[in-house]
Amino acid sequence: MATGLIRRAISRVHSSPAAKLVVARAHASEAKAHQSESKQQPNIKSFQIYRWSPDNPGKPELKEYKIDLKECGPMVLDALIKIKNEIDPSLTFRRSCREGICGSCAMNIDGCNGLACLTKIDSGAESTITPLPHMFVIKDLVVDMTNFYNQYKSIEPWLKRKTEPPTPGKEIPQSKSDRAKLDGMYECILCACCSTSCPSYWWNPESYLGPAALLHANRWIMDSRDEYTQERLDAVNDEFKLYRCHTILNCSRACPKGLNPGKHIQNIKRLELAS
Amino acid sequence: MGASIGPRLSGMQKQVLALYRGFLRAARSKPVEERRQIESIVSAEFHKNSKQVDRKNFIYIEYLLHRGKKQLDQLKSPDTVGLSSLSVDSSRTRNSSS
Repeated sequence: MATGLIRRAISRVHSSPAAKLVVARAHASEAKAHQSESKQQPNIKSFQIYRWSPDNPGKPELKEYKIDLKECGPMVLDALIKIKNEIDPSLTFRRSCREGICGSCAMNIDGCNGLACLTKIDSGAESTITPLPHMFVIKDLVVDMTNFYNQYKSIEPWLKRKTEPPTPGKEIPQSKSDRAKLDGMYECILCACCSTSCPSYWWNPESYLGPAALLHANRWIMDSRDEYTQERLDAVNDEFKLYRCHTILNCSRACPKGLNPGKHIQNIKRLELAS
Repeated sequence: MGASIGPRLSGMQKQVLALYRGFLRAARSKPVEERRQIESIVSAEFHKNSKQVDRKNFIYIEYLLHRGKKQLDQLKSPDTVGLSSLSVDSSRTRNSSS
């Protein structure tokens, strides 16, 4: 009896997965049929990606990766993650939020600086991805942002007051129109797309502050609660720090958040003249 | 590498020597024992790279210079008391400060 039961159990176990397999196959063939009906051939696109690693210090090279866009998300970052997951785990790049909030995945895509997570994959047959231009490469698409962050730090991006707030220990109120002045500036995420697209910044990365830092300088100059406006203006009033901006406006074209750093630099220049 | 008192050094060679000098000067601000150790690690690293790195491989030398500058900045901070090195794969040494 016991053996009979076991046999039955085994035969059941055998039969049920087979049935499942058949069902699954039926589904798969259906899906395939659907795909072929709606002209779903694989859409292969090749990505040329800049590769250089300090562990293997040869010449940097563009390495080609071919992926099927039909099995990939719409953005360049999706393609990079797919390549890293499935083709080459050694590919190195920064990414975090995948929705244009963190600014980590700034890189040069087909010659234009942008965030990989906000840039749609171009429908052409080939795309080239390189690190941000004129920055020191640490590995592959990762660049050294130290100088960029130090410049941001140098404009003292925090609220500075000479007097106590109206109600001690409380926040400092601001009118709606004063708050509206900060629109178009507070959105900056410091991705460095603008600064690294600026030819002036390429030639003087140490002395010229660059569009991103100047935009933030203007953000604090225009803040109605900040009481160091004149000091801030004096701090950037420098032939190199500010006036290396020649209104080339590559910054405004590059900004993935749609901001206009050129306009804000112009505002600082205007205030310098007035002061 | 022409480490002797050659008449002309390239800009990059000058930068390397300046970096080395910067490390030795930073080491002076540390206690004697630590200073010895820093000097020996730094000199070993520079000598190793001067032998191993191809002198025409400017990209790599630039990378090493850049990395060295960052490490020097860390070492300069008064909070940094010493330098220790960790051997990985017997060929690569990375400095880590504590």
